[in-house]
Amino acid sequence: MTLDEILGSLFPEGHHVDIGESILIGGAKLPQAGQLHVLGVHVKSFLGVEDACALARHAVDVLASGDGQPILLLVDSASQRMTRRDEMLGLNEYLAHLAKTLILAGIRGHRVIALLYGGSAAGAFIATALAADTLIALPGAHPEVMDLPSMARVTKLPITVLEEKAKATPIFAPGLDNLAQTGAVFETWSPDVPLDAQLREVLARPAVAGSRDALGAQRKGRPKAAAIAARIVELAQRSA
Amino acid sequence: MSSWYEASARQRIDALADPDSFEEFIGPEEREVSPHLALFDLPEQFDDGIVVGRARLSGQPVLVAAQEGRFMGGAFGEVHGAKLTGLLRAARTLRCPVLILFDTGGVRLQEANAGEMAIAEIMREIVLARADDIPVVGLIGGRAGCFGGGGLIAGCCSTLVISEHGRLSVTGPEVIETNRGADEFDSKDRALVWRVTGGKHRYLIGGADLFVEDDVAAFRRAAIEGLSRRAALDILTLADEQKRLEHRLKRFGAMTEPRDVWAALGVLRPETVSGLATEAFLAEGLHKRENAHDAR
Repeated sequence: MTLDEILGSLFPEGHHVDIGESILIGGAKLPQAGQLHVLGVHVKSFLGVEDACALARHAVDVLASGDGQPILLLVDSASQRMTRRDEMLGLNEYLAHLAKTLILAGIRGHRVIALLYGGSAAGAFIATALAADTLIALPGAHPEVMDLPSMARVTKLPITVLEEKAKATPIFAPGLDNLAQTGAVFETWSPDVPLDAQLREVLARPAVAGSRDALGAQRKGRPKAAAIAARIVELAQRSA
Repeated sequence: MSSWYEASARQRIDALADPDSFEEFIGPEEREVSPHLALFDLPEQFDDGIVVGRARLSGQPVLVAAQEGRFMGGAFGEVHGAKLTGLLRAARTLRCPVLILFDTGGVRLQEANAGEMAIAEIMREIVLARADDIPVVGLIGGRAGCFGGGGLIAGCCSTLVISEHGRLSVTGPEVIETNRGADEFDSKDRALVWRVTGGKHRYLIGGADLFVEDDVAAFRRAAIEGLSRRAALDILTLADEQKRLEHRLKRFGAMTEPRDVWAALGVLRPETVSGLATEAFLAEGLHKRENAHDAR
């Protein structure tokens, strides 16, 4: 679905989302539910210091307002922007700041729902979609940590070999199904059902971000993570 | 003096913790190896490149995680990441501060999806711990630096300690060069790499809080100090950090060369900064730098 179709289906009564060159900031009324804040990255933009800072500005203001309204993140990004200048300016802090703000909003009574409708990768994925309390995808979404050609370069394996291995495990290859199996994506919506209804259903359920490793175990995408983390907690308590 | 950079993860913990106080959780004897490396015919390590456990530091109980940069670049895989996630969850239950000894290139590509998720989960747990006022102190000075998702995790810590050798960034210079060309970032130009990502620059722009010599005793002293600093992460912290980061963009956003940033800070003879010994560097930088003042 295109951004216009998504906004139209979510907010049939209209919205006041400011659609910038690379990011979205604004709000809208979800029918039969109430106001919510909208933030996003679109047109597969790379997330650099300025955009991360502008998105965080809005999220901090929402948090400070104490209005308790849900935050909806619409995500169609590339990776973090890869320039010397972004790194010199401390992109790690800008991305971490955005993620912290979204995570704290989730703790402080806001629902933070991310809707991944296009791409997202690496640090941009962590700072936006994965900082939400629940990540939803639309069919055709294509999250990735690193694309296969780059992965082939780094691992020094031919891409055909990587493609072959990817059939055996969801653990490394890009793609919605693989990420869903690791517990990252809670559910994939149907484009044929009005999105506002599907969003209301998600808002009525509790947040899931704290139990993604358990979901990954259940879906057989991450066989060990949840059990290892639980054992560490147990051992730490026993030693205390 | 004993180098932090040259030390292994276990040597760093030994040097940091009070004598005989360290107790490891899921140690190498349990052989909890990565279940994914065999697919790539890669050797496993019995601790999956991270040592976690409980110790005392100057008498105070702490939870410690140390990454081993010499195993797969200290990268986050499924087991590696889950050990740190578990440790941070324990920190909340026990109300015990955490030290993270970073030494990482970021996500382990052979298990990229699990590594990416681990980083997101670790960041969430740090925010939860700090929202409960529990310090999470990061130490950066290892061979692999602190790159990729490691840089984002570092950005969530309550206090960051860094040495000149401690590089901190998201995208590594090699990856930028591969994607954008050597004109954007020449990864072979070591001096440039250190200027952009190294500990001195991070300290000068407020990206790290305490700058130390590459010495295990110096890291220990700084860790103790770090544990006593403000840890709470609340709405005001984030509002202050927002201001700090906006200010940085306004002040340095038009620049691309760290030496220009240092000159703008008023640092005398910026071209000599890279060569300054720790004491001389601190004497010049301490009062001219952008201090984060706990806004992180």
